[in-house]
Amino acid sequence: MNMQLPRQNQIIKLAILAVGGQGGGVVSDWIVHLAETNGWYAQATSVPGVAQRTGATIYYVEMVPDRGRTPVLALMPSPGDVDIVIAAELMEAGRAMMRGLVTPERTTLIASSHRAYAVSEKVASGNGIADAGKVIETARKTARRFVAADLEAIAVKNGSVISASLFGALAAADVLPFTPESFEETIKSGGKGIAASLRAFREAYDAALAPVPEPAGAEPVSAAPVPTGPEKLTRQYRELIARIDGELPAEARDMAHAGLAKVIAFQDLAYGEEYLGRLVRISALDHDLGGDGKDRALTREAAKYIANAMAYDDVIRVARIKTQSERFHRVRDEVRVRDEQVLKITEFMHPRMEEVCGMLPARLGRFIEVRPRLFKALDRIVNRGRHVRTDKVSWFATLYVLGGLSRLRRRLLRHQVEQGHLERWLGETERVARLNYDLGVEILRCRRLIKGYSDTHARGLTRYDRVLSALPMLEQRQDGADWLRRLRDAALKDEDGTALAGALKTVESL
Amino acid sequence: MAERSFAKEVQQLKIGAGEEFRGEGILAITKALLQCGVGYVVGYQGAPISHLMDVLADAQDILGDLGVHFEASASEAAAAAALAASVHYPIRGAATWKSTVGTNVASDALANLSSGGVTGGALIIVGEDYGEGSSIMQERSHSFAMKSQIWLLDPKPNLESIVKAVEDGFELSEATNTPVMLEVRIRSCHVHGRFIAKDNQRPQMSVKDALEAPRRDTQRIVLPPASFLHEQEKIRKRWPAAIEFIKSRKLNEMVGPKRGGVGIVLQGGMYNSVIRALQRLGLADLYGSSMVPLYILNVTYPLVDDEFLAFCKNKDAVLVVEEGQPDHLEQAFGHMLHKAESLTRLHGKDYLPMAGEYTGQAMLDGLSGFLRDKAPELLSAKIRLPNAPTAPPDVSHLAQVVPMRPPGFCTGCPERPIFSAMKLVERELGQHHVAADIGCHLFSIMPPFNIGATTMGYGLGPASASAFNVPAKKRSIAIMGDGGFWHNGLASGIGNAVFNKNDGVILVVDNYYSAATGGQDILSSRASNKTRSTRHPIEDAVKGVGVNWVRRIDRTYDVSLMRDTLREALTTGEKGPKVIVASSECMLNKQRREKPLIAKAIQDGKRVVKPRFGVDEDVCTGDHACIRLSGCPSLSVKQLDDPLRDDPVAAIDQSCVGCGNCGEVADAAVLCPSFYRADVISNPSRLDRFLAGLRQKVIGFLQRRRDRKSLIFAKAEAAP
Repeated sequence: MNMQLPRQNQIIKLAILAVGGQGGGVVSDWIVHLAETNGWYAQATSVPGVAQRTGATIYYVEMVPDRGRTPVLALMPSPGDVDIVIAAELMEAGRAMMRGLVTPERTTLIASSHRAYAVSEKVASGNGIADAGKVIETARKTARRFVAADLEAIAVKNGSVISASLFGALAAADVLPFTPESFEETIKSGGKGIAASLRAFREAYDAALAPVPEPAGAEPVSAAPVPTGPEKLTRQYRELIARIDGELPAEARDMAHAGLAKVIAFQDLAYGEEYLGRLVRISALDHDLGGDGKDRALTREAAKYIANAMAYDDVIRVARIKTQSERFHRVRDEVRVRDEQVLKITEFMHPRMEEVCGMLPARLGRFIEVRPRLFKALDRIVNRGRHVRTDKVSWFATLYVLGGLSRLRRRLLRHQVEQGHLERWLGETERVARLNYDLGVEILRCRRLIKGYSDTHARGLTRYDRVLSALPMLEQRQDGADWLRRLRDAALKDEDGTALAGALKTVESL
Repeated sequence: MAERSFAKEVQQLKIGAGEEFRGEGILAITKALLQCGVGYVVGYQGAPISHLMDVLADAQDILGDLGVHFEASASEAAAAAALAASVHYPIRGAATWKSTVGTNVASDALANLSSGGVTGGALIIVGEDYGEGSSIMQERSHSFAMKSQIWLLDPKPNLESIVKAVEDGFELSEATNTPVMLEVRIRSCHVHGRFIAKDNQRPQMSVKDALEAPRRDTQRIVLPPASFLHEQEKIRKRWPAAIEFIKSRKLNEMVGPKRGGVGIVLQGGMYNSVIRALQRLGLADLYGSSMVPLYILNVTYPLVDDEFLAFCKNKDAVLVVEEGQPDHLEQAFGHMLHKAESLTRLHGKDYLPMAGEYTGQAMLDGLSGFLRDKAPELLSAKIRLPNAPTAPPDVSHLAQVVPMRPPGFCTGCPERPIFSAMKLVERELGQHHVAADIGCHLFSIMPPFNIGATTMGYGLGPASASAFNVPAKKRSIAIMGDGGFWHNGLASGIGNAVFNKNDGVILVVDNYYSAATGGQDILSSRASNKTRSTRHPIEDAVKGVGVNWVRRIDRTYDVSLMRDTLREALTTGEKGPKVIVASSECMLNKQRREKPLIAKAIQDGKRVVKPRFGVDEDVCTGDHACIRLSGCPSLSVKQLDDPLRDDPVAAIDQSCVGCGNCGEVADAAVLCPSFYRADVISNPSRLDRFLAGLRQKVIGFLQRRRDRKSLIFAKAEAAP
């Protein structure tokens, strides 16, 4: 028998990994069509079914020159035996590598560099997003060739779907023995949206020829933001910026610029001055504690978290944001309203008596708060979901007036509560920093735990208190800062606090 | 109306002799049925055979012309029972379902059918949902074939072989008065290939002919004494006839060299994987010519003793390639070799895995292990004694990076708010025992919802909570879909609960379709269907069997109402089952139905309001509580280019269909004011434009007024 060993090497093996609903089947169908019209024999399989519903799914194509006899082709990809892997999302490229489908000897990996976050990444209280850089780095080492571009963005930009841009990247990779024209013919041969698909195809073709971009890192912030506004205010603002540049260390200036902008937008220039006053004090302490050798971490983190603490999320702030002209423009952009269309905006608000009390003058607010029956009675009137139409004059005006209350803010209950908390937090930071510099920095960072509104906000406060309850155990420890960081990470892990409880147990046992 | 339209594929069903058919395996089977003069086709949808049902549903005209009756059965049991039409009449009939789950349901009827036997060919096409992509327990259909004595075909996974198996199957059934099962795996159902077609045949006898000229034969009815005779007949008459037919028609194949010390016995369905492994070992060519003798079992039950023993003659060892467990084939072959006092060594699950799918790698490892031990001379030096094996690149660190991506609810799915509401009730009243069921709603068991303790079978959700029928401080909650409800849940779940005075809560998820299987119509579907009777409300059926406490929710997206209704059901003093019917249309199907209509309306200049949701990123604090109550694919996160922010904020992408769940959840759970709904009016009316203009004037004035007095900081763009 004449065995023609090299023959099987002529089979081109191609796997497509996609997220259900992305339309991986369309690419697969196109590839079969492309092969067949070019005189190749192609076989494609998939495992659809329930797995298609938003889960990871895989399509597999094998092709070989058609010589009139029926070849025997495999129905599933095998590790180490795939020539081309197309990943319709970056983590799916990672999954392809984990499955061993990408090997340095033979596999061209074509991936869309965009991310469709998995549920597990999205539900974290903090930042659960997987490290895209690691996948890209591994792909460079693992694939024979790695082609990547944001093919989803290209598709959306051209009013098409990712199948078209994946197909374009496949054509550009030049791994199938067919011409780009032939690829285009395939798109033209079927169905809907041909013009948009061709646009996406061509743009993806060009993008895939470019080198793979490095994953975006944090861009250094440079100059202070330059606001527009009345001459008098901009002049005062420039004076504050001059103070930052004169009185704060270089390492903390960028953050202080951003922080200043945030607190001024929250309240006014005087509030910005208050912010700088606090910051300068911390900076002096930082200097005394030898922070120069530590990158002035205390000042930098203070610049960040004091701004966040001062610009707390109250009704006035929300009302102001919701009524800003800039926000209206952003909404129109986001939902892509064309000029001839009309836009209605509905907000989902659910005020409770707690929020109303916060908006009252401090004494009146406290008066109600300490009377549970009165509080409850009023809550029954206030506490309900309200669908607010901010494109209508009546509701807009209501929110506009609420937003205008910022002038009175300093006298309101919520402000006093927040100020009290802020002072205690900074006092604690200063006290501990003198004993243990790094631990002081970590206390500042714990401010991250406080976020959200109503119940979420209350939960955040509880989490913050629980994490800081470990301070007495950590103050004297060299590695106290590490432990506080671990506690904070644990607190951000799950909502019911299981991870945090476990971490606290560990700290207690130290 | 199913999720996918098969108008194009239907045209391929019409092609005649000599023309080439190109398409999916399951469609090739459909065409083969028509070529064989089938008189009726019945079945129950489910991957991987849904497309067979869908394409026939879309091909009513062709079927009508040929005089073929097609029916979407209420369950697999109903489908199997329909094969009774082939008991007394020489009509060819086919039934199809997902296996093994469907075969489980059908087994009562199948056992009766195979006891009495058939006159017309009865073919059961089972889509074997095994291995990667499977959504069910991992079992074999083979066991069912053995216990009821139904012949089992397992053809090579290419269109020609599968089509031939359909033809052979009908003939084998008729020659032996025995139903025949044709087993096709997931990938062969979906494999794209080609075959040369034949003309469609009108049935020899139609069901109409039979109905008008009824016959009966007491001998074929399962009742003593006939049932005892059936058992004898199976062994004395039908079995030998089958062996004779399989041998004379050479249904099994022996290929490769006649001589050789080793051989491989394989299920037909494993053929391509075996050849690929041999190709990679340098022992087969592209077209399947093998240097190792192969005995390919296109029929895996019954086995032909003398064929197998002849194959083993003069061989030192044979390897059985048999996917799944128990190892029925290997046991049977071992038995044959032992009785024949053969010296041939039998191998199989010692080289190949006992359990689990035979992937390319498993096959390569198994075959190379066997050949290295038993026939090293066949292997090249490179494979026998590879140089330093090239280690595959180490990517183990990716396991820490790449997140799992299990299937979940689609964007805008109406079932999501039901489970959001359940989560909220859980916060108030604590955890409950929740019995889940089969269907899309089973995705609730995964994050972010983590709801549901067991799943016992299609429509068996409420029945699986029936033991929890004792006085207690909490009630059980049972879930079932509309598909499961009509499949059997009305009797096994609702009726059972009424009769036994169950005090629990039953939640029926009504999304207007049998959605998980591809959006087929069922009794309670709202669409008007030319060939079926729909629009039979679930609540009427529930009330009809005696439930007093029934609540119907017509918009599941109303999370507050959903939550309040659930709370009431769990706390009301009323006795007996509390049934909530939560109805909203499956979004996948709704979009498919409405998208073209909306696009056309906009094009025609009609006023169209399209809702979409968004998040104000300045208001969002990045806690993601909203996502923990939703998990919608379009509700995602994005990293802002703001050094003051640690955590990504929620963001809604372009795929949002405006279902409103996120806004409702934010409201019901009192989360935050970040969400907004944007209603975009295309082709606005004069009044719309007038009002918008007026409002914009006032709002614009106020905004300019405030802007004039404050410092405005331009916002940085979001990071890509």
